[in-house]
Amino acid sequence: MNRFSFVDCTSVEDALGHLGAGAEVKAGGIDVLDRLKEGLDQPEKIINIRNVQGLSGIEVSNGLRIGPLVTLAEVSEHEAVKRDYTALSHAASHAATPQIRNVATIGGNLLQRPRCWYFRHAEFPCRRKGGEICFAQDGENQYHAIFDNHTCAIVAPSTLAVPLIALGAQLELTSKDGKRTVPLEKFYLTPEQNVTREHSLRPGELLTAILIPATSRNTKSAYQKYAEKDSHDWPIADAAVVLEMDGSTIRKSSIVLGAAAPTPMRATAAEAVLNGKVLSERVARQAGKAAMEGATPLAHNGYKIGLFHTAIYRTVLFAGGMMGRDRSAVGGEV
Amino acid sequence: MAFQEGQQNSKPAGPVRNETLHVGIAEQQLKTIQRDVPATEPPPLGPNADLNVIGKPTRRWDGKAKVTGAARYTADIRLPGMLYGRMVNASVPYAKVLSIDTSAAERYPGVKAVYVITHIDGNAELRDKSKEIRSQYPIVRYAGQPVAAVAAVSPQIADDAAKLVKVAYQEFPFVIDRDVARQADAPLVYPGPADQAGTAGGGGGPKNVPQVGNVHGPAEKQVGYVKEGFADAEITVEARFTTQVQTHSALETHGFVADWKPDGLTVYASTQSTSSVREELAYVFKLPKSKVRVITEYMGGGFGAKFGAGNPGVVATYLSQKANAPVWLMLDRKEEHLSVGNRPDSDQELKIGAKKDGTLTAMQLVSYGTAGTGTGAGCSGPVVNMYECKNKWTREYDVFTNAGPGAAFRAPGHPQGCFALEQAIDELAERLDIDPLDLRDKIDANPQRRVERKLGREKFGWSERRRPNSDSGPVKRGIGVAQAVWYRIVNLDSAAEVRLSKDGSIELMSAVQDIGGGIKTVLAQVVAEEFGLNPDEVMIRIGDTRYPVGPPSGGSMTTASITPAARNAAYRLKREFFEAVAPALNASPDDLYFSNGSLRSKSSSSLSLSLRQAAGKMKTEELSVRANRIPDYSGKMPRTGATTLGGVHFAEVSVDTEACRVHVERVLAVQDCGRPMNPLALESQINGGVLQGISYALYENRVLNHARGLMVNANLEQYKVVGSVETPKIEVFVIQDYQGQSSTDAYGIGEPATMATSAAIANAFYNATGVRIRQLPMTPSNVFAALGKNGSTLA
Repeated sequence: MNRFSFVDCTSVEDALGHLGAGAEVKAGGIDVLDRLKEGLDQPEKIINIRNVQGLSGIEVSNGLRIGPLVTLAEVSEHEAVKRDYTALSHAASHAATPQIRNVATIGGNLLQRPRCWYFRHAEFPCRRKGGEICFAQDGENQYHAIFDNHTCAIVAPSTLAVPLIALGAQLELTSKDGKRTVPLEKFYLTPEQNVTREHSLRPGELLTAILIPATSRNTKSAYQKYAEKDSHDWPIADAAVVLEMDGSTIRKSSIVLGAAAPTPMRATAAEAVLNGKVLSERVARQAGKAAMEGATPLAHNGYKIGLFHTAIYRTVLFAGGMMGRDRSAVGGEV
Repeated sequence: MAFQEGQQNSKPAGPVRNETLHVGIAEQQLKTIQRDVPATEPPPLGPNADLNVIGKPTRRWDGKAKVTGAARYTADIRLPGMLYGRMVNASVPYAKVLSIDTSAAERYPGVKAVYVITHIDGNAELRDKSKEIRSQYPIVRYAGQPVAAVAAVSPQIADDAAKLVKVAYQEFPFVIDRDVARQADAPLVYPGPADQAGTAGGGGGPKNVPQVGNVHGPAEKQVGYVKEGFADAEITVEARFTTQVQTHSALETHGFVADWKPDGLTVYASTQSTSSVREELAYVFKLPKSKVRVITEYMGGGFGAKFGAGNPGVVATYLSQKANAPVWLMLDRKEEHLSVGNRPDSDQELKIGAKKDGTLTAMQLVSYGTAGTGTGAGCSGPVVNMYECKNKWTREYDVFTNAGPGAAFRAPGHPQGCFALEQAIDELAERLDIDPLDLRDKIDANPQRRVERKLGREKFGWSERRRPNSDSGPVKRGIGVAQAVWYRIVNLDSAAEVRLSKDGSIELMSAVQDIGGGIKTVLAQVVAEEFGLNPDEVMIRIGDTRYPVGPPSGGSMTTASITPAARNAAYRLKREFFEAVAPALNASPDDLYFSNGSLRSKSSSSLSLSLRQAAGKMKTEELSVRANRIPDYSGKMPRTGATTLGGVHFAEVSVDTEACRVHVERVLAVQDCGRPMNPLALESQINGGVLQGISYALYENRVLNHARGLMVNANLEQYKVVGSVETPKIEVFVIQDYQGQSSTDAYGIGEPATMATSAAIANAFYNATGVRIRQLPMTPSNVFAALGKNGSTLA
């Protein structure tokens, strides 16, 4: 880890004043610390926003306004989140470990960098670090993307982005020039758009709120994460499902996949299968299959297609109340 | 090291006494036998039921120190003027070092020493050293091989300075894949035949076997003629099994604090053998052993990778010598994965022939495995030792690759070998339509295993086992069983001193270290049993070479080796004490005994003194007795068949064929280790063995990148180790198995506790799905591949 100065900010204005070249923002510090330790980032200055006023708390009024410093534990335990934005609560309660969830923030989760083992290893000069090669293409790629994976095969790292996109969340981004609002779905960048950055936060901008539109009484949602183990593991397949129900019929659905592509992936083909249908296992399985059409697996990750079938159909059924939390998903009941 | 030698049933040397000893399995039937034992031995202990302290569940002697953080591990050592060391490691897998520029590091403020490594420990050595590639520095043969090291006034400065050491490499084509390395045109890891030395804990491979290219071997073992055996067979089972490389991943990394002084060297070490660290440092630094002191008061696990000083211990000492100050050098997690050992992988072709009644007629194993730049990938132990069969032929090959050298790892070769053999036995049972436990009863006469199978059958509910693939849904349940055998290893370089002071306080001293199994507690129990005390009233001082020599904690030999020495010392001390105080008590020494914490006399019921009161009557300040381990009473035990140590594991799994997940629901481990000394510690160690077995079966896997030869998951995030949520219900049952072989009759449990788990899980997987999984680990990727054509509803 390199030497750096540490600035403890107490207001958004204060923090914005410090942003600039060579500076890095730290909230919970979970991902930043990992990157510093591996030498991936060598900032001159760490801007600690942990103590900034006004970036904490969850406001409920015609939707949700979540401060970026709200911890994953706080998100997962919030009554309104559990009741009306269930998929978000599921995702926040099964990320990482209890210790990490007590410190990691929702803002940090959305802005974290990829977990790809080539990116995370200082000795691999991969494309995402400005190099020429994506080592996953011909290398060990069992955890890598099965869609949009030819330029860079990372999978989107944020667990919480998956349900947030399914719930139609927007980000409030603040700079010295004011605020702008961006749909989360449009916020992330594909490798073709920019292979060295995962999102479109501009220099001088700070994430100041996550906004989620109100759900209706007929909205049902769920998120499930499938990994190799339940304690402290990253997903190899995960899915968020939001269903607008009309009795037993799905009026409208929103399905987003994590760990499938370099950005959280909206499974529109799966949504088309569900929309207007009576919810059943058969329909849910068809949706899972439709979502995987067009997948371009690499040498060692073809198994993920089957896993996504499973993740999607079981999460659709879970959201619709036709199945409990899956034993094979993280946090599943034994 | 002095392992016991001699023939079975050999007579002890010197005067003997005929004794009546309990033998047999308490859960079945105990009997007594007559045996000549050396006259200096204490009277035999009765069965555990007759004892007060030994065999009773006893809380960890140093548990409070551990949970409160008071226990000082090597990483916690702070000495006046101490510096912090940091290794400089090779960033390439195969290269000649052209130059090492240390000037910037040496100039860096706060740096006190820079050391360039001249000899690398752990790699195989060329038989003909003149064949080595000409080079000023050791040839780099794996990424992460240490090249140099720095010592500085803070860890931060040491880190910075290590980065300033500039190493120029001439890179060579390398090979990291076992199968590629076997090919004729593969890059050669060594320019000629090479052998690895191994350590006090085993590891290393056979010497002076043929070597062609990177393929070192075969090491061959043969009894009878398999060709005839297979011709005689009415059924054959044949399959290929592969297992992965597992790194030891002990919670505490390798580490040393070396303090070089003109009058001698003191080294704090995270080691499982204070003796072998002292031996190696004395050799390397040309010091008499009397001037090398090694201290291991607490350690956080080793699993076989922490014998000897190795590169970190030697480098820390050089840095201390050069800087004239103590140097603290703990490896980081990445170094721990790369450079200090692993369990080699395996590719096993196993063939078994049998009669229709199950009688084995032939067993044949050909195995290839890579221990990286080392050897020791053989895994024939289970085939050679476990079942009776007249015709056996095993050929083991090591394949050199440009990866970190293997090291002894909790039952070297055995989890791999069991995974193959016990699945083949399961398959044989299936094809013969014989219950797998019944088949083993037929082909395995070992009395301990027989009782363990019987107990396990009842306790686990084996009768509820269904036909394979009985569940119609995507989630399928099944149960399986596997067994394993280990050796009764005893190290005669095991001694203890027990002292009694005039204030009645008592202490035991030995250089033996506690790898984590809890030997301090067991030693306290042994002394407490003799003196009628509670174990926590006995001071235990171990892990220091200033005390009498102790055995390495490896090979499951610690308890078997050190506890008889401790009991003999305690018993003789008690006799000396009785003789010392008898005159003052107007009693005969032979009438004195301890009962419920009091000194009593058979001839005078009024006598009742506490140890403190009685010791006050000593004429001298202190009594002290030292005793050594002597060979087992009947001489060296055969390594195979009826006298093996071992256990039987039962597993229940559910396999989600659509999520390709294996959930281990419960495990029952039925084990033997001679006389169980502390059932509580045994349960704990067996829990750990089962968990490590599950972790090996389902998760752990060292992944190397083919393009660069670097490990991509050198952390504990992507190198996946079993966690709390995956921990199933584990039941442990330890039989009381009396062999009548030593004054404590205890044996070890470390290795037997982990060997059979992965095979039991694999057999349960088959019972659940009707599909064999012959590749470890059972990750979703490998489960998907196994189910592929045969079962996944999504394939």
